[in-house]
Amino acid sequence: MKNKRLDLSYTQMKWETVFRRILIFMSVILVLIVIGILITLIIESMPSIKSLGIGYLWGKVWDPVANIYGAYPFLIGTLLTSFIALILSIPFSYAVSIYLGEYNPKGWLSNLLKNSIELIAAVPSIIYGFWGLFVLVPVIRTFEAKIGVAPYGIGIFTASLVLAVMIIPYAASLGITLIRMVPSPLKEGAYALGATRFEVIRSVIMPYTRSGLFAGVLLSLGRALGETMAVTMLIGNTSTLAHTFKDLIFGPSNTMASVIANEFTEADHTVYLSALIELGLVLFFVTVIINLIGKRIITRFTNS
Amino acid sequence: MDARIGIRNTKSMLFKGLIVFLAFLITIPLIIVLLYIIKQGVTQVNWHFLTHVPAPVGEAGGGISNALIGSFIMVIMSSIIAIPVGMFAGIYLSENPHTKLAYYSGLCVDILQGVPSIVVGIVVYFWIVKPLGTFSALSGSIALSIMMLPIVIRSTEQTLRLLPPSLKEAALSLGVPYHRVIMKVIVPCGFAGILSGIMLSVARIIGETAPLLFTAFGNPYLSTSITKPMESLPHLIFTYATSPYDEWHNLAWGASFILLMFVLVLNIFTKLITRKWNIQL
Repeated sequence: MKNKRLDLSYTQMKWETVFRRILIFMSVILVLIVIGILITLIIESMPSIKSLGIGYLWGKVWDPVANIYGAYPFLIGTLLTSFIALILSIPFSYAVSIYLGEYNPKGWLSNLLKNSIELIAAVPSIIYGFWGLFVLVPVIRTFEAKIGVAPYGIGIFTASLVLAVMIIPYAASLGITLIRMVPSPLKEGAYALGATRFEVIRSVIMPYTRSGLFAGVLLSLGRALGETMAVTMLIGNTSTLAHTFKDLIFGPSNTMASVIANEFTEADHTVYLSALIELGLVLFFVTVIINLIGKRIITRFTNS
Repeated sequence: MDARIGIRNTKSMLFKGLIVFLAFLITIPLIIVLLYIIKQGVTQVNWHFLTHVPAPVGEAGGGISNALIGSFIMVIMSSIIAIPVGMFAGIYLSENPHTKLAYYSGLCVDILQGVPSIVVGIVVYFWIVKPLGTFSALSGSIALSIMMLPIVIRSTEQTLRLLPPSLKEAALSLGVPYHRVIMKVIVPCGFAGILSGIMLSVARIIGETAPLLFTAFGNPYLSTSITKPMESLPHLIFTYATSPYDEWHNLAWGASFILLMFVLVLNIFTKLITRKWNIQL
């Protein structure tokens, strides 16, 4: 009887070690995946790094047929779409954060609004792209004809509009949480001194949450830079850079993600393929760094 | 003095008006998109649509059964890959928050969350598609499971961390071995949180197109073989939406409607679960 019990506890102890090892193993796999992604991207973009050099990044011409590769048009396209989208989205995400964080934190109306914000993030990007292509593009086309630019309909402006809506939830949901975390003694102190609501928001809540709200904007930006499908469907996919600023904003263009999506399966020789992967590598670094900075700020904010 | 307070109060009221206006304005694009997809899609959906493969150009009818089955198979396969890895890694992170490994895997979760989906597609192309020599459903599922991982891990970690330590201590003091404490006490207690994380991640990957472009690719015929290219709902929408034919656009509207319904239902379920058990994600 005693021996049987001992045996049992030995097997249990063995299982315990196995279990702990499984836990460690799974966490190691996670690290390996990330390292693997990085190494794969670097190895596969080696041919283009070697043959094109660093000048690839500001080469102005992308012409795979003539074997000329320059990433500049895509860098400009990505930066323009993301920053226009970001600027358009900031007033809205701040407004939602302030409204749900300060004016109306409880009740059915605030729940409804909060859930619809989360729903914006839940709708797949392909659906935004599809809708944009068939509904927004004709609208933009008439708008462009009215203001006197070539009425393409598709282009950086259209892509940014859709992108702006898509990235609002990322900054907003963080902003709501942070504004609710502002200690009420601070606000009450300001009210006691006779401050109006607006003054409390401007001179107590905003300074207190500034870094956190900025982190939310960074998360939105990371999202916008890497967004592929909606942008691919709406940006027009032209690899030549327009000459005037007006044509650049309202004309078709290309982003890093969209050019990868369009040309990856067509790339028929090594340098072409690896030039595309190098774009992916740049995209990987930029989005990861932006995200990590954002996360760092949030952790520091929530811990202090 | 009176005039000053009047101005300040007006300013405050105006500001509030502006905030309320902007905050509710952004629901308008959402409502427009949802209503449009429902209006265009709901007329397409019928039994024939759900049980047939797409018709060739010029023929009426046809459905999206290949994409429905493909999406279903790939979501199941990526869940089978991602849930064990994600859950165990999440348990590790919540149990040993201060080890070096926990620091690095926590960092990796943050990194994975930020990786653009198209980059995952590229990488899996080189890991699976190139060695096997063909686009395959397997590679698509692996790409999707990488997208799933961070959400599953974070939700597991956060739910388990919120559980009171007394639960674990009580079980351990009864002499229950560590693995049984975790699997029979801790995980069941945090089950609702873990489940809602899994559902959120499924809702997210079911609409992902970019990682599938170079992995599962797409297939106009019905295929259940995991080593062959497979169609999926978002990929079908992408190919048919950018095609020049009206019949194909209609297929894509119907597919968008179904995809949207899946995502909505999954999100509502998650909401209900998190509300019932009062979980913060």
